[in-house]
Amino acid sequence: MRTLRAGAACASIAVMVAGLGAYVVASSAVPQEKTIRIVSERFNYSPAEVTVRKGVPVILEFTTKDVLMGFNLPDFEAKVDIVPGKVARLRLVPDKTGTFVFLCDVFCGSGHEEMNGRLIVVD
Amino acid sequence: MAGIDRRDFLKLAGIGGAGVVFGSALPGMAGAAAQDDFYFVQLSDTHWGFEGPPNPDAKGTLKKAVAAVNALEQQPDFIVFTGDLTHTTDDPMERRKRLAEFKDIVAGLKAKTVRFMPGEHDASLDNGKAFREFFGSTYYTFDHKGVHFIALDNVSDPRAAIGDEQLAWLAADLKEQKADAPIVVLTHRPLFDLAPQWDWATRDGAKAVALLMPYTNVAVFYGHIHQEHHHMTGHIAHHAAKGLMFPLPAPGSQPKRSPLAWDPAEPYKGLGFRSVGVDKPAGFRLGEFPVQKKG
Repeated sequence: MRTLRAGAACASIAVMVAGLGAYVVASSAVPQEKTIRIVSERFNYSPAEVTVRKGVPVILEFTTKDVLMGFNLPDFEAKVDIVPGKVARLRLVPDKTGTFVFLCDVFCGSGHEEMNGRLIVVD
Repeated sequence: MAGIDRRDFLKLAGIGGAGVVFGSALPGMAGAAAQDDFYFVQLSDTHWGFEGPPNPDAKGTLKKAVAAVNALEQQPDFIVFTGDLTHTTDDPMERRKRLAEFKDIVAGLKAKTVRFMPGEHDASLDNGKAFREFFGSTYYTFDHKGVHFIALDNVSDPRAAIGDEQLAWLAADLKEQKADAPIVVLTHRPLFDLAPQWDWATRDGAKAVALLMPYTNVAVFYGHIHQEHHHMTGHIAHHAAKGLMFPLPAPGSQPKRSPLAWDPAEPYKGLGFRSVGVDKPAGFRLGEFPVQKKG
């Protein structure tokens, strides 16, 4: 499962070991992973449609304006709970193209069944 | 294993675990065949308080169902409601009003024993508080004529989880059972991943199924999906019941799980309830009953 808790998604420096030498690469030297912020509130996500590239890592960053929410992307077995007052992050490396439904999997009221969106993965 | 049709299920159910015979019951028919030890009735997803085009008779359907159950020639030993007794509301007072009205209506059932379980519409917004005020614990066991019944709560946690505490309780309860004991699990959501893209799943349902797996005669009866559905996880059969407010589309058959439209030519189509005849050790005899226009 590609579920990551808040704060655990992004390494700012990378350590590379080659032979007997070790190299510390500053974060500015590696491509910055794109962060997409998604705000949830009863009963929608904003944005509700997110486009990413296949094979390109992306950080999805979630907050909720009101109650406990969920983000579940079943086709990638990726899910995270969105707790009020906290930022939830989920790192995703899409390995297939297409349009995939994501949904709230924490019951949040009368519009819960309609609370979903689409992840579009392109080449 | 993916969804299976009745014919496949009959074949599968005859191997190993408890067998099942399906039947389409007609109004007035006895709910159980002569060879059954006893039978019970499952009603589900009454969604009292719902209003909208999917059911123009929202205030009459439950009463018709009660009348239809009362019209059975032979009354069941007991009746179980497998959740979503009421439709969700943010207002705690309105929630209690709906639960009270529901309770008043089903008090008209002739059967002496009626058991209740919550659905997420009843319990997820207050962790089951209002439900417990009216109906007691959200999970429990009982025994009836040699069959062990386990009611599991996978809705009071809004994340659709059973939770470690209840799973430990389940494990302790199962330890008291023989490996071949007839066990019936009652719950609201499917314990397996039926359609995760529609939230038709239980987060930790696989843990419950793993605890049940050593037992050779287990069947699960649940609701939530508002339609008849049959599925096997290993030797364990899972049977979903029709709802009593509006039917929902087949699992994953369309982008959204919106209610099916009311058909004036066939009112109450897709709504109904179920009889479960228990014939130890052969298995279960399921009867599906429609909601009648008059009732």
